[in-house]
Amino acid sequence: MLGLEFEFLNGGIFSALVHGMWISLEVAGVALAVGLIWGTVLALLRLSTYKTLSFLSALYVNFFRSIPLAMVLLCFYLIVPQLLNSLFSNAQKMDTRLMSALVGFALFESAYYSEIMRAGIKSVPAGQVYAGRALGLSSLQVLQNIVLPQAFRNMLPLLLTQLIVLFQDTSLVYVISLADFFTSAEGIGERDGRIEEMMCIAGLVYLIICFAASKLVDNLAAKSREKAI
Amino acid sequence: MAYQWNWYIFLQPASAKDSYLDWLLSGMLTTLQMGCLAWVIAFCLGSLLGVMRTIPNRAVSFLAELYVEIFRNIPLIVQLFMWYYLVPKLMPQEFRTWLFALPPASTSFYTATIGLGLFTAARVCEQVRAGVDVISSGLKNASLSLGLSICQSYQYVLLPITYRTILPPMTSEMLSIFKNSSIASTIGVIDLFTRARQLNEYTAHGYESFIAVILCYLIINTGVMLLMSQVERALRLPGTEGRV
Repeated sequence: MLGLEFEFLNGGIFSALVHGMWISLEVAGVALAVGLIWGTVLALLRLSTYKTLSFLSALYVNFFRSIPLAMVLLCFYLIVPQLLNSLFSNAQKMDTRLMSALVGFALFESAYYSEIMRAGIKSVPAGQVYAGRALGLSSLQVLQNIVLPQAFRNMLPLLLTQLIVLFQDTSLVYVISLADFFTSAEGIGERDGRIEEMMCIAGLVYLIICFAASKLVDNLAAKSREKAI
Repeated sequence: MAYQWNWYIFLQPASAKDSYLDWLLSGMLTTLQMGCLAWVIAFCLGSLLGVMRTIPNRAVSFLAELYVEIFRNIPLIVQLFMWYYLVPKLMPQEFRTWLFALPPASTSFYTATIGLGLFTAARVCEQVRAGVDVISSGLKNASLSLGLSICQSYQYVLLPITYRTILPPMTSEMLSIFKNSSIASTIGVIDLFTRARQLNEYTAHGYESFIAVILCYLIINTGVMLLMSQVERALRLPGTEGRV
């Protein structure tokens, strides 16, 4: 079909792809976990009444939002290990590829998650905070029990959509040649002279996963809207 | 050992006639060219798709939706590889001969620009659709009942309002097209990102190289934002000042 042949596929290739997908998911998972927490902290700092903290948080978010992810990954791969090496002498012994991808991704995605969380926190009416305070809760308790749960729930569809984008972005670890799903597929394609076929497979796999996930998010959003009415 | 900072490294000759600064600037130029060209493709095709998604015709809007789902759910890097490796293979032999007779950097520049444009078109389409959807249906009905055809109502009523209301999200799409263009370096375009790698390898001054390249990206970003805020001010719908 179309001059493409898929007979070269075998068990070895399959298991390499599965392993690659596992790395992709690992990067996405860690970035999600750290991004959510650090992003929420950044959003709180941004909304705090301390001008300096709010300024620093804005600086962080805008900085990471204005440079390409590939650039961040490359910096964390080439520059940060050097920097660590000059601080700690044994940093060179660690496997820096996965580590730098994880750290770079997490810090980069936090900037995006922080913007979503900021919108989420702002979507909680101020009356709720006053009511909580009037009931004798401390600021921290109000935040923990009233504001953040509602912010998360309001922003859940957006957070999940961002997760799909994040999952697609994990393919960019190609620039530091970490063997994720895409990089494995590309490597196998180069090796066997089957780059066209491997790209078809990679595209199809991403399409199926992301399409299914985005339909699930749509359903979830529709359901939560029904509940709200 | 302390790191030796040396910002004069950029003035040193990188080859017979270029200095490293020339490399940096030529990379920035390529990034700008690719972003602008891809934006033209994305804007035209995206607008067309956005209109297709909103007109009352099931088949047409299904086609546009299919396009959006496909182009949004495959990572850009995979799409670019497909445009570079797969699509020329499916083309007629004459086209392939022509394409690969070009200098390698141009071949990848053209394929990457098309890929980036078509990828962003899907996102522009969603913005246009959202813009048309928020216009009250009264306006659509009024324009139709005045005797305008569907085509005319889009041309004179719906699109002019849509474009003005979706300017802020379009600005962020524009910012991301320049950022996304860095991915084109993976198929051999010598853009700002490729230059960052080269500068790091050739000069062995990683900190200066990366700081300079990051500054270039910040300059591009700031430029786009300043430009778009001017456009926004010029095209603001009368009576919406102060509304967020």
